[in-house]
Amino acid sequence: MIIGKVLGNIHSTINHPFYDGQKMLMVERIEMDGKPAGGYLVAVDRADAGPGETVLVLDEGNGARQVLESKDGPIRSVIVGIVDDINVAKTP
Amino acid sequence: MLLGKVIGTVVATQIYEGLEGVSMLLVQPLAKDGTEKGAPVVCADGTRMAGPGELVYYEGGREAAMTLNPWFVPVDHAIVGIVDGVEAPNWKGGPA
Repeated sequence: MIIGKVLGNIHSTINHPFYDGQKMLMVERIEMDGKPAGGYLVAVDRADAGPGETVLVLDEGNGARQVLESKDGPIRSVIVGIVDDINVAKTP
Repeated sequence: MLLGKVIGTVVATQIYEGLEGVSMLLVQPLAKDGTEKGAPVVCADGTRMAGPGELVYYEGGREAAMTLNPWFVPVDHAIVGIVDGVEAPNWKGGPA
């Protein structure tokens, strides 16, 4: 899974039937300190996230289809959690 | 998935079985602010409705082929939907 920050919403009317009624968000990849890591992705939201929030994104097809209870949905990225805090342990 | 802009069409008469009638479009990938980034890719059109000038989102990898029916076809990028609008700060890609 990757950590990202929600940039904003994407609206779409004409799409694959699998995406009907799904909320799509644009998520920027971030480093553990919150800085942009470069790159972004468009993900389906299953955690009621909104712009500005730090989220946990599952970026793998089989897991994503399991979350969305589909056998053949063309999906790979799903927001599965909203991150409250990140603690990075310092290794000696 | 990533956002892209359709910049052209690709015509192939001799094509792998299962891909007959599937339109192939040239898509320019976009960065998070809507500017062009990277080299264009050829996407199968899973919506069957996209055309040049439109803003789309597309899937890469194995999931791309799953937008099509039959899905067991040699496709690595496919358009999944046509974008009506993007609500994000610093977005310069304009309305769809």
